[in-house]
Amino acid sequence: MIEITGQPIDVQKIITAASNQEAGAVNTFIGTVRNNTSGKKVLRLEYEAYEPMAISEIQKLIDQSSENWKLTGFAVSHRVGTLTPGDIAVVVAVATPHRKDAFAACQFIIDRLKQTVPIWKREFFEDGDEWVSAHP
Amino acid sequence: MIVKVKTFGISRDILGGREVELEIDGNSVADLRSTLLLKFPQVKKLNSLFIAVNREYAADDQLLTLTDEIALIPPVSGG
Repeated sequence: MIEITGQPIDVQKIITAASNQEAGAVNTFIGTVRNNTSGKKVLRLEYEAYEPMAISEIQKLIDQSSENWKLTGFAVSHRVGTLTPGDIAVVVAVATPHRKDAFAACQFIIDRLKQTVPIWKREFFEDGDEWVSAHP
Repeated sequence: MIVKVKTFGISRDILGGREVELEIDGNSVADLRSTLLLKFPQVKKLNSLFIAVNREYAADDQLLTLTDEIALIPPVSGG
């Protein structure tokens, strides 16, 4: 299951979607909104996605992980819209027969998601805002 | 040719709209990129700018057609 959602992410729903009886491990990564960037107070973040391409790019990451590890289940949910510190921005859950693969596949997916999936965040500070990673 | 491009993130601020029509000299992804750099010098300051055609990252030599869905992909920052 892959979703881009404007609603708060239900973590248990994502874990349940990834879980199955062939799995001996379910590894879940939860990405949350930090209250500061390099010491500057973050008031809120605004996320946006090129939704159909984001879903197909996430699917590619799942396909690539399936080539490297035996995935018996997966679920990825990414939030869009306005989030405040402490909110959950992304959840990745991966099920595999053994734990080592679950950790590795989960890390691969979240690391690549940040590099290739068309989702953007804008950070709002007390004195302005900026699109994250846009400029050197 | 005239192309319609979807914009996201900082590229929407630079081009000033969610979907922008651009007249490009030529019909490749590289030609679109040249037009963007010429008309919107701020694009040069970005860490990167990829162009997606029909929801796939496109190489510079890919040719565009009028029915393609074209989108600008500035540096992504999900997660």
